[in-house]
Amino acid sequence: MAQAVSPPIQTTESKSEGSSFEPKIVAFFCNWCTYAASDLAGISRMKYAPNVKIVRVMCSGRIDPSFVIEAFRSGADGVMIGGCNPGDCHYKEGNYKTMRRYMLLSRMLQDFGIEKERFRLEWICASCARELQETVDKMTADIKRLGPLDWKGV
Amino acid sequence: MAKPKVAFYWCASCGGCEEAVVDLAEKVLDVVAAVDIVFWPVALDFKRSDVEAMPDKSIAVSFINGAIRTSEQDEMAKLLRKKSQMVIAFGACAHEGGIPGLANLWNRRAIFDWYYRNGPSVASKEGAVPMTKIKVPEGELELPEIWDTVKCLDQVVDVDYYLPGCPPTPKLIANAVQAILAGKLPAKGAVLAGTKALCGECKLNSTKPEKLLIKDIKRMTEVFLDPEKCYLAQGVICMGPVTRGGCEALCIEGRMPCSGCFGSLDKTPDYGAKALSYVASIVDVTGQEEARKVMEKVADPTGIFYRYSMPASKLGRKRQKGAN
Repeated sequence: MAQAVSPPIQTTESKSEGSSFEPKIVAFFCNWCTYAASDLAGISRMKYAPNVKIVRVMCSGRIDPSFVIEAFRSGADGVMIGGCNPGDCHYKEGNYKTMRRYMLLSRMLQDFGIEKERFRLEWICASCARELQETVDKMTADIKRLGPLDWKGV
Repeated sequence: MAKPKVAFYWCASCGGCEEAVVDLAEKVLDVVAAVDIVFWPVALDFKRSDVEAMPDKSIAVSFINGAIRTSEQDEMAKLLRKKSQMVIAFGACAHEGGIPGLANLWNRRAIFDWYYRNGPSVASKEGAVPMTKIKVPEGELELPEIWDTVKCLDQVVDVDYYLPGCPPTPKLIANAVQAILAGKLPAKGAVLAGTKALCGECKLNSTKPEKLLIKDIKRMTEVFLDPEKCYLAQGVICMGPVTRGGCEALCIEGRMPCSGCFGSLDKTPDYGAKALSYVASIVDVTGQEEARKVMEKVADPTGIFYRYSMPASKLGRKRQKGAN
């Protein structure tokens, strides 16, 4: 029978092995869709991994690739971009630009040794709180498995 | 009044920057008449000990080209910095890392393994690998150590000015020398070239459409370039929109698109990110699968967008397993 036992005392050693590793994920969410979905998730008291630090932008097309690179360099373990579904962009074509940038940037980051799972682009509509919850939870779990990025640079 | 003392030195570079000095043609005589060259290993027989014997700050200007990737280059850069009043990073490699900087996608071990063991042109699979120390009958010999990471000059010493280009054009070199001699230099840290993007000085700029959109990306081998029409409008990636001007679009005139050797503009935080962003933005394809096909025609995004600037970029190098 399983017994309730107090959690083992964390040592720095077990921490570095990743058992208690909590990824830091920077999430750039479009004001018109994914940000609204995260708001809806909050209002609906849905729970999702607290690892995402949300940055609200007016359009996913506002996200310069250097924002993503800066996030990784500054200690993010993952970066997520949330934008409107194709055809739904509030500014008509911002999300298409993001899609094409993502296609190149994802390949480029892999050349730098940053795994594909650490950089995601998701189309999540304003009413898709459930999808947001699942995506965030999955990304957090994926990165927990990969371990910290801990970017050192040159 | 004594003539100002000048030093030239090369680090990890191809020699093209030294060639650029010679390309000054007869103007080089004016330079030689105006200055006293005290150190230039590629052309004149001076030794490191000669530099070591000079008093600190006795050299007016040191022009250092090439990236820094060995212990020797690091020592020489630091020695010249100590002996010089002014250090100028000369050429793309010293400026932002240049072509040697692409080695930052690997590390020393991977490079040695390929070039001395596994490469298809290596005869012996147990080939000799460079070492820093070896014993010979005459005693122990020491060679410089190659680093895992290539750096640009300002990552190892303080740099006063930058002369960009692969190599810098004779005109820019002559202008820089004149500015130094006349004491008319801009604020420290300036790049001694244009301040606007290359498109501004390109002859083909007038043929660039108002709203530049392309349906496909073409590689140079796929297209007969019309030399009278903006290359971007013809679907060939040209780095003009994101690259510092000052070269007078020489490559464009030679029917080659800009590859970005003058590096980033003053306000660009990361050249590769900016270049990637602009290329993705002008492709006018919205379907996911169609867009993927077009973007895949950018065969090597990292190599194209960071061709001259990987060490100076925000990420700087490939993540090293173990070190991270």
